[in-house]
Amino acid sequence: MRVFFVGGLLSYRALFNWINPWVLIPSFLIAPLFQILLFAYIGRAAHLESDKFYVIGNALQYAAIPCLFAMGNTIVNEKRQQTLGAVLATPARRIPLFVGRALPVMANGMLVAAFAFVAGGALLGISVPLGAVAPLALVIVLTAFSCTGLGLITAAVGLRVVDTAVFGNILFGLLLIFCGVNVPLDQLPGWMSTTAQALPLTHGIEAARRLADGASVSRVGGLLAAEAAIGTAYIVLGYTLLRVVEFESRRLATLDRA
Amino acid sequence: MKTLRILWTSWVFHVKALTTSGFFVLISLLQPLIFASIAFYVFRAGHKPGTLLYAAIGAGLMGIWSSTLFGSGGAIQWQRWMGTLESLIVAPPAFIFVLGPLTVATSSVGLYALGATLVWGRVLFGVPLELAHPWLFALAVPATVVSLGFLGLVLASTFILYRNANALSNLLEYPIWLITGLLVPLSLLPGWVHPLSWVLAPTWGVRAIREAALGGNPLPAIGMCWALAAVYLAIGAICLRFFEKLARQQATLSLT
Repeated sequence: MRVFFVGGLLSYRALFNWINPWVLIPSFLIAPLFQILLFAYIGRAAHLESDKFYVIGNALQYAAIPCLFAMGNTIVNEKRQQTLGAVLATPARRIPLFVGRALPVMANGMLVAAFAFVAGGALLGISVPLGAVAPLALVIVLTAFSCTGLGLITAAVGLRVVDTAVFGNILFGLLLIFCGVNVPLDQLPGWMSTTAQALPLTHGIEAARRLADGASVSRVGGLLAAEAAIGTAYIVLGYTLLRVVEFESRRLATLDRA
Repeated sequence: MKTLRILWTSWVFHVKALTTSGFFVLISLLQPLIFASIAFYVFRAGHKPGTLLYAAIGAGLMGIWSSTLFGSGGAIQWQRWMGTLESLIVAPPAFIFVLGPLTVATSSVGLYALGATLVWGRVLFGVPLELAHPWLFALAVPATVVSLGFLGLVLASTFILYRNANALSNLLEYPIWLITGLLVPLSLLPGWVHPLSWVLAPTWGVRAIREAALGGNPLPAIGMCWALAAVYLAIGAICLRFFEKLARQQATLSLT
């Protein structure tokens, strides 16, 4: 339990290089609002969708920033600071060690998405039914969860490559274009909307849009289950990849070389 | 002549160095392609296909701005990390002759973005590439690059005091994309935004390039790019002198 909670929290704190974390406020709180505004205005210029469509899509999608980058960096920074060898030499069980680091990151993603949703909605004057608030909170939890799974994969890749920022940016961009964040899925080519079904965010965003339009939780139960299942699959895949890369790094003595 | 050699050598060196960076290639190529694709799909779905070249140019300019922003925002920090900042500042040439070519190099590397979005649009979305005024287009592009580069100089010179200024630079990407009309017509934005747009080089750069490509008179916008470049250069020189002195006094020059 200590490895899971305290280790995860310390690792998250170390993301900020042991200085005041206020410098990340622009990235986490202000940047998503401008992303929402940019796409809402593009939508207005193209006469495509309502502001609500863009607020929901972009607020949820922005959870990917902490989930991809912070998750990757909690592991990769250990390599950079040359502490990874010591961490992996401990007898600590790997599930609490790796997944414990995911918990604060997921909480961060949830807060970012929730803030962007509320503040972006207030800026553009959109409202949702009162009864949809709790289900929307659940959607935010699920999308942050599934994005964190993708972040675990980023972390595993980071053990083999030097620069995870490039990989994280590519994933962020792909989520932005594939998951129906700004373009309705039926307006994308078939292969893109099919691919989107296997990505985090797609089902969560769709569920959130239906809830905001007044649908009940039971009507979007399938979408929520799909988002949870995809998140679980990515968590398992990310964890497995981490173990494989750890094993390979030990076997080939490449842990500090990549 | 000696100054020109410093400027030229420094610019060439930094263009080459930035081109070897995976992060810069991403910023300059992939990110604009992603935004261009989204813009193409949105405008096409909104039944406004005539705006696809408009969107391609806007997305290209977005890439130039990102490249300038992250390059110029990180310029001082990279020198700090590499331990070369103090050496560059105490070197005989004025620091602006070192920093200026670097920030212009960051915007020059952004030209990959413009090329990439135009080709991407042509190949995948069938966007026509006929330029209404090819020669004026050739004048508009360097004017845009230089003015954005000198805007980057203003950013870099003010970031000299702050150890984590590159985090602040994240904040400036989307707002500038939005308020300079790269993908959204300025007429859609609230009136109070317009004066802010007018003092930002991307507003005039994108106008110059669009009018050269789509038809119109790009010369006033090209002139505005050069005028703003001169203003930015003056502000950058003053800020650099002031903040460099302050950083020396507070001994924050080499803090990482």
